[in-house]
Amino acid sequence: MAPTVRSAWIQGLHSLAQHPGALGFLADLGAVDRLLTLQGDPSLFVVTAAGQLLVHVLGLALHNCGPPCGPPLDPQWPLLASSLLAQLEEALQPASTPQLLQALGVLTNAFTSCPAPWAPALWGRLRPAMTCLLEGQPLQAPHALGDLLLAVARSPEVVVDLGPWEMLALVLGRLEPSQGGQLALGVLQLPECPQALRAQAFGVLLQPLTCVLSTSTDAPGLQELPPSAVGGSASLDLLLASRSACVGLLCCALARLALLPPLPWRPSPWPQAFLLGAVVAVLRSCNGHVPISAAGGRLCAALVGCERVQRAALDLLGALAQDAGPPELVLEVCGVLLEHVDSPDSSPTVLKKAFQASLTWLPHADKKPHPCGLQVPAQLFLPELLQVLRKRLCSPSWEVRDSGLEFLTQAASLWAGQADFRQMLQASEVPPLARQLLRDPESYVRASAVIAVGQLSSGGLWAHPGDQQGSPLEGLLDMLDTDPDAFPRRAILQVLTAWLRDTHGPLAAHPEPLLARAFQAAGRDPDWEVRARGLELAREFLVQTLGRIGVPCPYVPTPLLDTPPADTQALHPACRTRLFEFVFPALFDYDRPVARAACELLLLLRAQTTTCATPPQAGDTPDPATVEAALHCWRTGEAGRPLGELVPQAVLAVLQALDLDDLRGTLADGSDHAEKSPLSLLQDMLAAAGAQGHNQVDCY
Amino acid sequence: MERGREGRGGEEDRHLQTCFTACEAIPLQYCLSGHPTLPCNVLKFKSTTIMLDCGLDMTSTLNFLPLPLVQSPRLSNLPGWSLKDGSAFLDKELKECSGHVFVDSVPEFCLPETELIDLSTVDVILISNYHCMMALPYITEHTGFTGTVYATEPTVQIGRLLMEELVNFIERVPKAQSASLWKNKDIQRLLPSPLKDAVEVSTWRRCYSMQEVNSALSKIQLVGYSQKIELFGAVQVTPLSSGYALGSSNWIIQSHYEKVSYVSGSSLLTTHPQPMDQASLKNSDVLLLTGLTQIPTANPDGMVGEFCSNLALTVRNGGNVLVPCYPSGVIYDLLECLYQYIDSAGLSNIPFYFISPVANSSLEFSQIFAEWLCHNKQSKVYLPEPPFPHAELIQTNKLKHYPSIHGDFSNDFKQPCVVFTGHPSLRFGDVVHFMELWGKSSLNTVIFTEPDFSYLEALAPYQPLAMKCIYCPIDTRLNFIQVSKLLKEVQPLHVVCPEQYTQPPPTQSHRMDLMVDCQPPAMSYRRAEVLALPFKRRYEKIEIMPELADSLVPMEIKPGISLATVSAVLHTKDNKHILQPPPRPVQPTSGKKRKQRATDDIPDCKVLKPLLSGSIPVEQFVQTLEKHGFSDIKVEDTAKGHIVLLQEAETLIQIEEDSTHIICDNDEMLRVRLRDLVLKFLQKF
Repeated sequence: MAPTVRSAWIQGLHSLAQHPGALGFLADLGAVDRLLTLQGDPSLFVVTAAGQLLVHVLGLALHNCGPPCGPPLDPQWPLLASSLLAQLEEALQPASTPQLLQALGVLTNAFTSCPAPWAPALWGRLRPAMTCLLEGQPLQAPHALGDLLLAVARSPEVVVDLGPWEMLALVLGRLEPSQGGQLALGVLQLPECPQALRAQAFGVLLQPLTCVLSTSTDAPGLQELPPSAVGGSASLDLLLASRSACVGLLCCALARLALLPPLPWRPSPWPQAFLLGAVVAVLRSCNGHVPISAAGGRLCAALVGCERVQRAALDLLGALAQDAGPPELVLEVCGVLLEHVDSPDSSPTVLKKAFQASLTWLPHADKKPHPCGLQVPAQLFLPELLQVLRKRLCSPSWEVRDSGLEFLTQAASLWAGQADFRQMLQASEVPPLARQLLRDPESYVRASAVIAVGQLSSGGLWAHPGDQQGSPLEGLLDMLDTDPDAFPRRAILQVLTAWLRDTHGPLAAHPEPLLARAFQAAGRDPDWEVRARGLELAREFLVQTLGRIGVPCPYVPTPLLDTPPADTQALHPACRTRLFEFVFPALFDYDRPVARAACELLLLLRAQTTTCATPPQAGDTPDPATVEAALHCWRTGEAGRPLGELVPQAVLAVLQALDLDDLRGTLADGSDHAEKSPLSLLQDMLAAAGAQGHNQVDCY
Repeated sequence: MERGREGRGGEEDRHLQTCFTACEAIPLQYCLSGHPTLPCNVLKFKSTTIMLDCGLDMTSTLNFLPLPLVQSPRLSNLPGWSLKDGSAFLDKELKECSGHVFVDSVPEFCLPETELIDLSTVDVILISNYHCMMALPYITEHTGFTGTVYATEPTVQIGRLLMEELVNFIERVPKAQSASLWKNKDIQRLLPSPLKDAVEVSTWRRCYSMQEVNSALSKIQLVGYSQKIELFGAVQVTPLSSGYALGSSNWIIQSHYEKVSYVSGSSLLTTHPQPMDQASLKNSDVLLLTGLTQIPTANPDGMVGEFCSNLALTVRNGGNVLVPCYPSGVIYDLLECLYQYIDSAGLSNIPFYFISPVANSSLEFSQIFAEWLCHNKQSKVYLPEPPFPHAELIQTNKLKHYPSIHGDFSNDFKQPCVVFTGHPSLRFGDVVHFMELWGKSSLNTVIFTEPDFSYLEALAPYQPLAMKCIYCPIDTRLNFIQVSKLLKEVQPLHVVCPEQYTQPPPTQSHRMDLMVDCQPPAMSYRRAEVLALPFKRRYEKIEIMPELADSLVPMEIKPGISLATVSAVLHTKDNKHILQPPPRPVQPTSGKKRKQRATDDIPDCKVLKPLLSGSIPVEQFVQTLEKHGFSDIKVEDTAKGHIVLLQEAETLIQIEEDSTHIICDNDEMLRVRLRDLVLKFLQKF
C-alpha cells in the first residue's frame, strides 16, 4: 500500500476519533496497536500522522474519564490510556533507538495536549523509565530526551519538587557544547527554572563567544560570566577544528542569544559588556581585522567574509541595543556598524542587517539625554551614517538601494521630530537622492522610494533650501497612472492613506481633486492589491468626511452620532471625489478580497446613513429600474452610467437596493465551499456508487 | 626544427646492448622578475629553453616627474634638489615636489634580469596575456634571441595596442635631458627614499621604439586554445583559456611522462573572456603559479559598486570624474556596468570620454574577437548584435573616444563629464593634463581602478590636491580562496610560486588566509634565483618499429606479464627514440677486413644467451641433488642467500638472489651437471 494511502487512512481515523465513543471502537478494532506499529513506517508523513493520532487518542481517553482518581501520582488510568502508555514505556529502553525516538516524540506532544490534571500523574509514571534511560551509556537520543524534559518543564501542573530539573541538568552536562545549544535555549526560555540550571544553560550558549573573546587581547566583561561559560583550550580547539564547524557553532550560538534580551526572565546579571565585546570581535574577524594571537589568526581565517556569521552577529547586536553598555564599547559598536554599512564587500543582506542594527543603536547609544535632542554618540554616528547612505543610494545593486531607502524611511519615522536629525538630514543630499529613485528602473526600489518620500513629506523633511522641486504629490499621482509595476502603485496608495490620516500631511488642504485622481486610477488598476489599497484610502476618506464610522474604539462614544450631518450633504465630498464610482463596481470584483473590502465599507456606510442621514425625498431618488440597470453595469463590467454622476440620493438608493448582508455571506465562503458542501459529498457518493465495478476509486 | 637538428643532439645511433639510460637532468627554473603579476621565468626542460612571459615592471616610472602634454608652469618651475651638504650637482636631474624627490627625465622601466641566463639560448617564449608581454621588444631585439614567440591573436593585437599607446605617450612629449648621474651607486645611497631603495637602477631602460615593437611582434606565432605545439619533438606546449582577459592563457608544458602547468593571470569570475579551463591542469607534476590578484582583500563586485556610487555622487554635484586606466581590459567591464547603471542613476546626459591613441582600435577589437569571449557574448554575435554594449553607448553619443586631448576633443568637451584615459601611473599620457586641470577643485574625483600602481605614490607629484581620490582597485585575478579550491581540484604534486605568495602581505601579517596554502608547501622563488624543479625525469618513451615488434616472442612469466628479449638499434633524432631491427649480419664473402667491420658494427649479437628468471628453493634443490646421487650435503645460510656444500665432491654452490655460483675444482663435467640441475628451477626466455 502506498504511503499516501496509509496516510489517508490515519487521517480518516483522526476524523473518526473526535468523539469519545469512538475510542472503544478503535480499541476493539486494534487500531491503537496498528498505530504503534506505524511509528516504524518508512514514510515520515505516516509516522508523523500516526504519532499525532496516538497523542490525540491518549488526550481524548484521559479527557473522557475526568480528573484522576486515587493517589495523585498513581491514579487509576483508563484502560486504553494505560495500555498505550505501557507500550510507550516499553519503547523507552536504551537499546531500541528508532522506537525510542518515536516514543519520546509522542510523549513530548502528549504533555502539551493532555488534560492539565493528568500531567503530574503522567510525569510520575514516566519518571522511572526516564531515570533508567538517563543512566544509559552513551546517552541515547539526547535531543529528543531534552525536548520531552522541556515539555514536562513547560507544564505548570507538574509539581515543582517533582520537576525535571535534575534530569535537564544531567542531559545538559552530558551533551557536547556544540550539541547542547538548543536544549540550553529551551531551558532559558522557561519562565520558571532553578537559578543553577539557568546559569548552566546560559554558560553553554556563551561558551563559543568566550572562545572568540579569549583570542583577543582585550576581553571586556569576562568576570560577569557564569563559570560554565568559560571553556578551556579544548573548547577553542573544537571551535577552530574546521571552518564549517566554527561557522555553524557561532551562527547557532549568536542566533540563540539574540532571542534572550527581550525575555523578562533573561539571565541576571546580564553580561552586556561581554556580549558586546564578543559580537564586535566576531564582526571584526569577519572583516579581516584580528587580534594579535595565533588563535585569533586562525579564527579570522575561518570567519573572514562569512556572511552567515555576519548576519547572525548583526541580529544579536540589534537585539542587544535595548540595553546600553560602557561608553567605549558603544563607540566600538557604532564603529563596527559603520564599517559594515560602508564596506564595499558587505553583501546586500549583510548591509540590510547592518542598517537595521544601526537603527536600533542610534537612539539607545547613550541613555544620558542631551540638551540638543539626539544623544552624543548619535551626533557623531549619524552624520557619517548619512554620508554612507548617500553613497549607498547610488549603488548599482538594487538591493542595496532598497535597503538604504528602508533605513531612511525608518529613521525619518523615528526622528522626524528631532531638530538635530532634521538638520543633519536636510544638510545631506539624501532627500533629493531618495526622490530621484522614484524613477529607478527596479520596481522594488521605486516602491521603497515612494514610501521613503511619503515619510519625508509627512515629517516635513523636504524643506531644504536647495530643494526646488516642491511637493512630490503630483509626481506620485502621475506614477499611479503610469508606473508599469504594481509594487510602486500599491506603495503610492499606502502613502496617500497615511497622508490622509495625518492632519498636517501634504493632503491636509484641498484633498478632493487629488483623491478623485487616485480613486479613478485605483478603479481601473489591473492589480487587485492596488484596488484593495484604494478601498482603504476610500474608507479613510469616508471616516474623515462622515466621522469615525465603524471604528471599534470603546473610548470614543460614537462621536459621529453626537454631530450628525444635517442630511445627505455629508456624502457630497465623497461624491465629488467619485469615490462611489470606484467602490460600487469593486463590490463585484473578481478578486474576492477586493469585493469583501468594498462590501464591508458599504455596510459601514449603510449603517451610518440609516441612522444619521435624513430620508431622501421622493423626487430626488432614482427609480428602481435605473438603479438595477446601474447594478447590472457594475456587475458585468459593462460601460454605461445609467445613474449619471452619482449624487448622494443615488448612492443611498443603490445602498438600499443592494442586499449587502447576503453578499457578505457569499463572499465569506471559501473558494472550495462548493466542493466541501454536503450536496457535493452526496453527488460524489452517488457518482462513486454508479461507477462501482468500472473504475477504481482513488483514496484522494 | 632546423635548430633542433643542429643544437639538440642531432642524430645519434647507439646499440641497445650498450644500455639506454634515461637522462636524469633536473628541470631548472630561472626567475628573472621579482614582480609576481609581471612574471618572467625561464624553464629548462628536456633540453628545451622556454621563457614564460616577459612582464615589464613599470612601477619604476613612479620615481619620475610626470610628462605634461601642455606646458605646466608648476612642474617646470620645481626647485632642484640638493644634498644635505649643499651640493647642487644633482639639481638638474632631481626635482623636489611636495616633499618628495623625483627624477626629471624620460621615464625608465625596470627590465627582467638579463644576466642570470644567456637569453640568446631561449628557444621559445610563451605569452599568457597582453599585460605580460610588455618587455618583449627588450628581449627579442637586444639579447640575440632567435627563437619563436607563441601567443593568442587577441593577446598580440591588444598587446600591440598597449605598446603603441606607451610609445606614443612617451614619444609625443620629447624630453631633452636624460638623467643618469643619480644612478651612480655612491650617489644613490645619499638620496631620499624611495629613490634610495630603488633596485637595479643601472638596468633601467628607456621605452622602446615602434620599430622595435613591430620587429618583436613579427616573431610571434599565433596559437589557439588547446592547440598542441611540438617543440623539437621533446616537449609539447598547449595554451588554455585562463578567464582573465581577451585571449589570456595558461600553458601546459609536457613530455610523455612529465607535465608542468604554468598558471598566470587567471580568473574564475564571470566577466567578458572565455571561462578558465581548469580540467586540463589536472595531473601536473609541477604547477607554477603566478599572477594572482594584487588586492586579495578587495572583492571586484564590491569595488565596481563603489566605483559607480562615487562616480554618480561626483557628477550629481557638478564635478568631473577621472579614471586613469589601460585602454583594454577592465575598462570593457566598467563601460558595460555603466551602460546598465547610467539610466537608473540619472546620468543619461553626462558624457563619457575615452581618450587614448588606441581608443578606437581597442573598442573595435573587443567586438571582433567573438571566439575568445564568454558564452553569453559569443551568442550575441549570432543574433547579430555587438558583444559589448559600449557599441550602443558610442551610437547614442553617450561614449565618445578620441586619440588625444588635442583636436576634436577640445571642441566637444563638456563638463561635468567622466574621462577614461591613461596612463594609470599618472606619469605620462593624457591623464597628466586632467590631473593638472581638475586637481584644484574638490568637486572633482579621480577614481583608481587599476591595481598595478600605489595610488598614493601615483598622486605624490600632484600634491597638494583638492580633488577627491577614491581607490577602487578592480583585480579579477584569482584570490587565495580560489587558489585553494583550484589546487584541491587539480591536485598538482608540487606548487612553485613567487615568495610573496608564501607569506601574508607585510601590512597584514596576521592574515594567514592571504597566502598559498597547500601540501606539500609551495616552493618559492625570487628575482635572480635559479630553482631546481622538484621532479626527476625517469622515463623516456621509445617506439618500436613494426617489423621489430613482429619478431618478438613474449613469454609469460607471471599471469598477465610477458617478457621478450630484444636486440635492436636505438635511433635517436629530434628527441624521438625509435628501436629499429638490427642490420642483418653480412655473410662473410671474402676478405678478413669486411668481416671485421661487420662484427664491429654489431658486437655480440650472435651469442645471445637466454635470460633466466625465478628463484631456487633450497630444500627442493637439496632433494634433487640427493636424487642425483650427491650425498653428504650441507646447507649454510648467509646474509645474501645460502651455500650448499657438497663435501664429498669438494664443491660449493652459492645461491644468492640474483646469482648462483658453482665453485668446483677443475671438474667441468661436474659443474655442467650441477648447472643443469640449477637451471631446472629457473625459467628461460
